[in-house]
Amino acid sequence: MSEQLIIAGNSYHSRLLVGTGKYKDFAETRAAIDASGAQIVTVAIRRTNIGQTAGEPSLLEFLPPEEFTYLPNTAGCYSADDAVRTLRLARELLDGHKLVKLEVLGDPKTLYPNVIETIAAAKTLVKDGFDVMVYTSDDPIIAKQLEDIGCCAVMPLASLIGSGMGILNPWNLQIIIENAKIPVLVDAGVGCAGDAAIAMELGCDGVLMNTAIAAANNPVMMAGAMKKAIEAGRESYLAGRMPKKLYSASPSSPTSGLITAA
Amino acid sequence: MKISINGNVKQFDYEKLTISALVMTLNLTGKRLAIEKNGEIVPRSQFAEVNLQDGDKLEIVGAVGGG
Repeated sequence: MSEQLIIAGNSYHSRLLVGTGKYKDFAETRAAIDASGAQIVTVAIRRTNIGQTAGEPSLLEFLPPEEFTYLPNTAGCYSADDAVRTLRLARELLDGHKLVKLEVLGDPKTLYPNVIETIAAAKTLVKDGFDVMVYTSDDPIIAKQLEDIGCCAVMPLASLIGSGMGILNPWNLQIIIENAKIPVLVDAGVGCAGDAAIAMELGCDGVLMNTAIAAANNPVMMAGAMKKAIEAGRESYLAGRMPKKLYSASPSSPTSGLITAA
Repeated sequence: MKISINGNVKQFDYEKLTISALVMTLNLTGKRLAIEKNGEIVPRSQFAEVNLQDGDKLEIVGAVGGG
């Protein structure tokens, strides 16, 4: 496919963005990400383990920042201040890198986004020169407000982070997609390749996922399935589905030329 | 001097200690990190010049797997 996903002025041929958490080891992380074909990978920012041995491998050695576009996140942040602080550290860590994923959570049980804090953080970060891809609820009004603030992509949830419950409100996602002039990516809740294809068929510009791949029995195979699902869903969306004809069948074979009883 | 690093207080028996020297002492040389001193980010280019003082609070962070 020649058409590209454009985020903050950069083009990507893959519309699948993946997280790097919850894998067995870095080798599995790398193998799954290779199978997914993803170009943008999310990372978390955490305190360095001070007691560690000098030779201990790091994620960056398995996923060199020259090969992938890093998307540092604010996972685990419950206030705008913490999220902004985390991403300023990420920018320093990644040599001035501006593309970030903002998420401000409201509750440790559901990890549901706190949209009030999210909006506050988005305002600060946009003013500070960041390109903000923002995780949010599937509320179309909030999504539009985040766009108006200047976020470069809006990322509503399909369902709760890590739940694998799939797309719970396709209607809201469709409203968000129709209203948006920036890319809309489904982030969180996708459980299987079918969910990813449905998200793309709704008209999403991309999907971001982590657990659906990492928690599969065979993460590398699931990563490949997700790649195909995203491509199939996108092509299905672009091709334009046939209209649904309720309660009225239409034969695919000719209705004339049937043999008749002698 | 006593310095808090990622929430743990450590004692260092040096009169003068730059951030670069501290990074070396902690076996973190060559690791990609970002450091905040008393709530302010210290750019990597200044690690060799910034001296630490008794009571400083540091946050040393890196990138890890996450979604």
